[in-house]
Amino acid sequence: MGSSLAMQAARQAVKLRVEDATKHYHTRTGVVHALEGVSFDVREGELVCVLGPSGCGKSTLLWAMSGLHQLTRGRILLDGEAITRPHPAIAMIFQDANLLPWRNLLRNINLPFEIKGIPPAARRDRVNALLKRVGLAGFETKYPRELSGGMQQRASIVRSLAVDPEVLLMDEPFGALDAFTRDEMNLLIQEIWMESGKTVVFITHNIAEAIFLADRIVVLSPRPGRLARIFEIDLPRPRTLELTTQPHFIETLVAIKASIDHGGARAASD
Amino acid sequence: MPDDLADNIPTFDTRSKQDAEIGLSNWSALTSGPGVRTWLEAAAIVLVAVVIIGGSELLLRIFQVPQYILPTPSLIAWALVHDFRFIFPHMVVTLTELCSGFAIGASAGFLLAAVITQFPFVEKVITPYILLLVTTPMLALVPLLILRFGFGMEPRIIAVSLAVGPMVMINAATGFRRADLAKIALARSFGANTIQIFMKIRIPMAMPMIIVGLMVGSIFGLLTAVGAEMVGGAEGLGNRLAYYSSLIRMPQFFAVILILALIGISIYVLFYWIGKKWASWES
Repeated sequence: MGSSLAMQAARQAVKLRVEDATKHYHTRTGVVHALEGVSFDVREGELVCVLGPSGCGKSTLLWAMSGLHQLTRGRILLDGEAITRPHPAIAMIFQDANLLPWRNLLRNINLPFEIKGIPPAARRDRVNALLKRVGLAGFETKYPRELSGGMQQRASIVRSLAVDPEVLLMDEPFGALDAFTRDEMNLLIQEIWMESGKTVVFITHNIAEAIFLADRIVVLSPRPGRLARIFEIDLPRPRTLELTTQPHFIETLVAIKASIDHGGARAASD
Repeated sequence: MPDDLADNIPTFDTRSKQDAEIGLSNWSALTSGPGVRTWLEAAAIVLVAVVIIGGSELLLRIFQVPQYILPTPSLIAWALVHDFRFIFPHMVVTLTELCSGFAIGASAGFLLAAVITQFPFVEKVITPYILLLVTTPMLALVPLLILRFGFGMEPRIIAVSLAVGPMVMINAATGFRRADLAKIALARSFGANTIQIFMKIRIPMAMPMIIVGLMVGSIFGLLTAVGAEMVGGAEGLGNRLAYYSSLIRMPQFFAVILILALIGISIYVLFYWIGKKWASWES
């Protein structure tokens, strides 16, 4: 545990504030209430997991936090400033890596630089270091189809980290990976997060994944997505895979599972 | 400007839709296409060619088929070599018509596709007319165009561009419409503007379909150029077909057909390579 007093103090500062986030989609069959009055804070340097079953508006929430979608009501604040469009300090990691199949790995990673008008040469050292860090050095000229799912997702992590964002939003990034690769990726995320001190919001429907990664877990109830509960996870870091079989881990898992199962019923009776 | 990210529930089940798409957009038949692997395959290809050409030569000689019905391969080859210097200027005319008409039609078709797919309402209004242009044989307009523009290249270039344009447009539009919401969101999340999204996501994404459109369009353009030359005027390979058949000079007639076939094959090979270079990621 390398958390000094200074880091503790820094963690008290609110980085992202979700205020009464409400989203209604107007579809042909009527109005879909995806999110209803969700409010919570993400502190600086914190790793928060948003957990919930499919259709609880997790992705909707993240898309609003990234500025890609507008909320119907409520707002998202980054350092106290409302987010209405994609912000340079926020980078998003998508489901299924979302690499461009017509670009090789290096050109995929350079995409954000091209968009921002930064010459890639200026960031070459950083990109090389990141590629080495995630074990992709030597794969620069490979195309996405030549890489495994895990490698593709590593590349997309490098792509997002290369622009050095303050906040990393991850939308079920490892949902399509097999269990072993997923464990590996979760370890990598924990390491990168501990090294970089970035604020991370991680969306998942996997309870064990959320407990493994999170400082806090925000549990959403399904349809409409409401805040069910927030769990503090005080497991020591760095967390290991062995930890996931420990009694304390299992107890937390059971407690969260129960809150999701009852959360839906309670939300309905409100 | 239209919003690239329609306000829809973010789901990403685009993959199955793309897999289900077959037909013109499916490049696999082209990109996995013929490629000689071993000397055995090469030998077999040569052997089949020899058997077909030699066999027809032999059969035509044995049954003494008159030259004006079907000349022997050797006669056609002789006519091709001997009369090529007379045919060549006409080939240049046809290629000039094809290239200018293609350049005009393809650019117009591409631009139109790029613009109207951004505005679904405009697309709905325009599509019936594009379909009308695709399905109407542009050859039918050639006599009319000749009345207006005379017997020079102009009416034929116009006919070629009218044949190429809609074909490129309709295919490119399919490609542009296919744009993947997640990839656009990705570019947006890094702060891309509409033009950047267009250049870096939509065009590369649509490239396989654009190339298919260019290929089909150029073949249609060739057909239209030759047809238009047969209708009126005194130059071009189409005109030579009409000329040689009226004189019953069948070896020369077939030599021209052979040249047309070679032009068609060259077009196919050209776009095959372009597709391999620019759109091979899709297969």
